[in-house]
Amino acid sequence: MERTALDLWVGLFVVAGLAALVVLALKVGNLSTYNMSETYQLQAYFSNIGGLKPQASIKSSGVLVGRVTGITLDTERYEAKVMMSIDQRYQFPKDTFANILTSGLLGEQYIGLVPGGETELLKADEVIKKTQSAVVLEDLIGKFLYSKADGS
Amino acid sequence: MPITKGLRTIGSRAVNAVWRTGYATRFFLMILFYSGTSFRRFHLIVKELFSSGVMSLIIILVAGMFVGMVLGLQGYETLKRYGSESALGSLVALSLVRELGPVLAALLFASRAGSAMTAEIGLMKATEQISAMEMMAVNPIARVVAPRFWAGVISVPLLAALFSVMGVFGGYVVGVVLIGVDAGSFWSQMQDTVDFQHDILNGVIKSVVFGVAVTAIALFEGYDSPPTAEGVSGATTRTVVQSSLAILILDFILTAFMFQGD
Amino acid sequence: MSSQALVEIHEVNFAYDSRPILNGINMTFPKGKVIAIMGGSGCGKTTLLRLIGGALKPAHGYVQVDGQKIHELDRQGLYRMRRKMGMLFQFGALFTDMSVYDNVAFQMREHTDLPEELIHDLVLMKLHAVGLRGTHDLMPAELSGGMARRVALARTVALDPMLIMYDEPFAGLDPISLSVVGNLIRSLNDALGATSVVVTHDVQESLKIVDYIYFIADGVIVAEGTPDEIRASDKPFVHQFVHGEMDGPVPFHYPASNYSQDLNVQA
Repeated sequence: MERTALDLWVGLFVVAGLAALVVLALKVGNLSTYNMSETYQLQAYFSNIGGLKPQASIKSSGVLVGRVTGITLDTERYEAKVMMSIDQRYQFPKDTFANILTSGLLGEQYIGLVPGGETELLKADEVIKKTQSAVVLEDLIGKFLYSKADGS
Repeated sequence: MPITKGLRTIGSRAVNAVWRTGYATRFFLMILFYSGTSFRRFHLIVKELFSSGVMSLIIILVAGMFVGMVLGLQGYETLKRYGSESALGSLVALSLVRELGPVLAALLFASRAGSAMTAEIGLMKATEQISAMEMMAVNPIARVVAPRFWAGVISVPLLAALFSVMGVFGGYVVGVVLIGVDAGSFWSQMQDTVDFQHDILNGVIKSVVFGVAVTAIALFEGYDSPPTAEGVSGATTRTVVQSSLAILILDFILTAFMFQGD
Repeated sequence: MSSQALVEIHEVNFAYDSRPILNGINMTFPKGKVIAIMGGSGCGKTTLLRLIGGALKPAHGYVQVDGQKIHELDRQGLYRMRRKMGMLFQFGALFTDMSVYDNVAFQMREHTDLPEELIHDLVLMKLHAVGLRGTHDLMPAELSGGMARRVALARTVALDPMLIMYDEPFAGLDPISLSVVGNLIRSLNDALGATSVVVTHDVQESLKIVDYIYFIADGVIVAEGTPDEIRASDKPFVHQFVHGEMDGPVPFHYPASNYSQDLNVQA
């Protein structure tokens, strides 16, 4: 079968289309941050996760170290159970703090990990004990108003 | 008397509609059943990829560029009120990748390539080319219809991706180059909010579904059109109307499934 | 004679929905002959060809080609049978998106594994036989009506069929193209040793080239015979048809109620 000009055009079309998909995945989307080579799982319980969503980022000192893989409600403790997958390259001590933070005033919510001082490290599938829930704006305003009322 | 006559008309229309639905379903299954030839002789699909995909490129690229530019302009005007111009990138990209890319590319494909498919097959039928093929012991569904179907199903997702990329570029040109939104926050906000699985893959799935719907409708209308000039022109109009409606309805259903709850 | 028959049509009835088209048709097409089926427009001639080709099934009776009853074949059997048939459609039905060459090569590519060089030679031979070897890289839209008909003829005989069917091969042709196509029908039939069926209402041209003629009217055979018998026939229908008279057994007026009543004229 001989090659024709038509094949060239169709080839260009298909290559351009596939390239567009790659651009979407890497440049527009977050696939480039997906392929953390090796990960391990950690869990944490929060009394309130606010607006945290699956795929939210997990940062330590501002560096992306992992992603939230799932959120469920634990019906024994009535607390939110958050599954996280963390890049194998980053290990954290046992007494690490997991805080739900907000990027900017109205931005996306993410989990910030603040390492403690212990020498023993968290192993895979362990639970982070020390957590701080999301700051919910309504609660904050409520507290502020009560404290005002108490103070007067 | 007029009441019974009216009832009878409604009844026969309903029966007809059911009949036609059944016929269309059988036609669709036959396309799938006789697709073997298309893949064994791939140049049949390549030829149709040229006339449906490549020939739609210009309109898709130009339309995508302008839609992106409009999004950039409108989005900036709205976001400015809340002081969050930096979210322009995610607004432009999310609207394109989730909705406008798949939907508009499919709509343009329906009117550019879908109508042409209907007219072509309708005319082949009117000039007895389809009958001639059957008399030559060649199955027209395998030889004429199936390659066009697969070319459409391959083309639409590629065109939608090109549309979205051109749109993001158009939004970048207006937002960053012309208005002066910070380029860094434009891209980084975009990458933070656009999720590969949730947004991009779902967008691709949408455009594949639209591709199946548009090409199947276009081919069925052509194959089913009365073999006259009015028949073919009516079928071409029906293709554009029906596939546009199908795209928008399917889009609602798919969106409800894909993006519910978050 | 009947052992030599390629096509046998036995007591065939056919109706579209409830509208009867054919009623008890019996025909025999001997091998090697050119047979014409004539009749006015809409008398069921084309339906007959579709029955032979297996596109339609008879309501009663059977069509037998080469010893096999067509309506009893399954899809694959029918397709095998159709490879041995060729059909020329009324306006040629050339594939408009392919060149003349690709049109003629179409069946060779679909049904055989012949190498492209051999197909090339075969296509040019077929085109040469209809005198249009020079047109092989034109598109069908660039051909005149008569040339398109001849290319379609070349495509019809591409796989050397044993039975060639012509649906109105003379419709819309100028006198020169008409006699060219007429002579081709005869000479190709004899050269290929095939059997041909020509459905037409062009009496004068067909009388020149065919061996046997059937006349159909209102779904039944009203006359049959060799060209000489037909010319000499004194049956009113045949006489009207052969000489193109306006009124006769086939009336000029469509059945209607009384004329003077329709015009509200008191007699």
